[in-house]
Amino acid sequence: MDVRRRNNITETGNPHGRPVVLAHGFGCDQNMWRLTVPALAEDHRVVLFDYVGSGRSDLSAFTEDRYSSLHGYAQDVVEVCEALDLRDAVFVGHSVSAMTGVLAADLAPERIGALVMVAPSPRYIDDEGYRGGFSAEDIDELLESLEANYLGWSAAMAPVIMGNAERPELGEELKNSFCATDPDMARVFARTTFLSDCRQDLKSVRVPTLVLECTQDAIAPREVGAFVHQAVPGSVLVTLDATGHCPHLSAPEATNRAITAFLAGLR
Amino acid sequence: MCRTGQQPDPHDSGRGAWTDAAFAALLEDSAEELYDSAPCGYLSTLMDGTIAKINATLLGWLGRDRAEVVGRMRFTDLLTVGGKLYHETHYAPLLRMQGEISGIALEVKRSDGVRMPVLVSSAVKHGSTGEPVLIRTTLFDARDRRAYEEELLRGRKEAEKARKQAEEARRQAEEARRQAEADRARLQEALAVLQQSLLPADLPPIPGMSTAAHYHTASPDRLGGDFYDVFPLDGKRFAFFLGDVCGKGPQAAAVTSLTRYTLRAAALHESDPVTALTTLDTVLHERYTGTGDPRYCTAIFGTVDPDPVSGHATVRLASGGHPPALVLRADGTADYLPTPGGFLVGALPGARFATTGTVLGPGDTLLLYTDGLTEARTGTSRDSLYGDDALLAFATTHAGDAPDALVHALTDLLAGFGDGLDDDTALLALGVPAPAPTPSRT
Repeated sequence: MDVRRRNNITETGNPHGRPVVLAHGFGCDQNMWRLTVPALAEDHRVVLFDYVGSGRSDLSAFTEDRYSSLHGYAQDVVEVCEALDLRDAVFVGHSVSAMTGVLAADLAPERIGALVMVAPSPRYIDDEGYRGGFSAEDIDELLESLEANYLGWSAAMAPVIMGNAERPELGEELKNSFCATDPDMARVFARTTFLSDCRQDLKSVRVPTLVLECTQDAIAPREVGAFVHQAVPGSVLVTLDATGHCPHLSAPEATNRAITAFLAGLR
Repeated sequence: MCRTGQQPDPHDSGRGAWTDAAFAALLEDSAEELYDSAPCGYLSTLMDGTIAKINATLLGWLGRDRAEVVGRMRFTDLLTVGGKLYHETHYAPLLRMQGEISGIALEVKRSDGVRMPVLVSSAVKHGSTGEPVLIRTTLFDARDRRAYEEELLRGRKEAEKARKQAEEARRQAEEARRQAEADRARLQEALAVLQQSLLPADLPPIPGMSTAAHYHTASPDRLGGDFYDVFPLDGKRFAFFLGDVCGKGPQAAAVTSLTRYTLRAAALHESDPVTALTTLDTVLHERYTGTGDPRYCTAIFGTVDPDPVSGHATVRLASGGHPPALVLRADGTADYLPTPGGFLVGALPGARFATTGTVLGPGDTLLLYTDGLTEARTGTSRDSLYGDDALLAFATTHAGDAPDALVHALTDLLAGFGDGLDDDTALLALGVPAPAPTPSRT
């Protein structure tokens, strides 16, 4: 199995530095980190990849069975680390990927030595004594919308979504192609993401952990950031003056400062 | 074509007036007016999504007042939850990365809770120093388009469902076919075993004579109705018979079985050929009369008495409605042994049977056969029968052949008929070996 090709692995930065693995969340792909990479490249070996089913990964490697669980995505992370023989890497995961990192660190403790969680959420749905930000009905609505391909169906993407597989060049021309994952696979990823519950897993984290939250995040509200911070033993919580769910895009300088400060503290 | 000049051209005279009116209307349609009542929704937000400006068209769609929206709501507050999540995970990141994004399908939620599908495009406006200052967003009403897309999706899903059903039906048919083939193989195996039980596994050696037999099965699916047997009567004489039960299949096989064992038992009791056939006639008639399924057969029954001293064998035959036996002589001639007038066996009580006899000398062979051979269809269009004359001619060319050579030649002949041979065929040959060097076989 060629994991480098399967997960579209990109390596950059200082080959002698401590490895930092940047993992995208539900939505786009490794392009999400383009404003983060320059801040890390000088001192770190930077590894980017796409989960199978996203970006430019090998879509033929996707099986609904494996990727219907976050463990399937965590397995991707472990296999990426193994393919590059990374040791003691810092895993930076956005959104649901922060939880994938927790699972991967548990699976391969020698590979992952620290975690950075960007806008993490261990559970998106409200529960007794827990506010995740969404009701079960909200998530059902999202999944239904994705099921029917109602969302994100841009004029240019329509032919792709309608199954014009005989014209693959259409996908290449799309301006938004790196966020335009196969709708069936995106649906599986969405279901896995928004129905996951990793609250218990947080307690078993044994590595230094940085939790980054935004002041205004519709997907991971501040209660969730506080929950993660409390659940992960010894974690550091930094609240970024940023709105939205993607501080590494909306407030890259602040995000990079927080991450590099955390990395410096690890030495 | 030329104009006369007197007639004013309607366009010439109208153009000036029309242009004036158009410009006047355009002047009245101020940019602000155009913005507010454009046939699409306009929205400007701060970089954090807070709505700074919104046009009347969009407010109308949303069913909201400007005051409750501007400065109070974010763009994502206008979206459904699914749309909100999509905005955060796809739309906003793409907009950040590209500076613009176009034609994305989202849904806005009206104040009354009704969802409205829209196509959304956004562009980031940058300040003089290049920093992003606000996001301009346009929304198009996509309700008709959504209805059309839903119809397409529904059609696609139905096609997919039909394809899956067809696939499943094909799989089931394939499974049924494999099952049927397995059943058929098992049935053929059982039938082959049953068929063998109707025929002797080996012919017993007759001192001073040689014998050969062949059975051709027309269809492996169906039990045939032909039969033959050879068995010892006493220390010296042997009995033999060959016949053809009417019909095919299990019922015919039952008759065949009854016939074979009746003839064997009858012959042991009284070896006279006519008596043997008469006993069979009585048994079949009793067994099948009144069943509504009358069963009968044609048969030749014979005894052979080889004389080791003279090297001759005396043959006595009785026939019930069966094609005549053939005698192939060592001198190169062949003749039928006519047995006319014999009744079908089992059709009537007290049937009469025709008798005949001959003496086989060294190199002579007696051939019994069923009508599968003479009624094989020949010719390119399979419309004529092989017939008695052709068989006699064939026999003549093989006169002098030992029984196994003759049966071998006839087997080749049968194979040559191909699909013209559609009935079971039994062959039985008994002969006195010619003097050496002709090899003999028991």
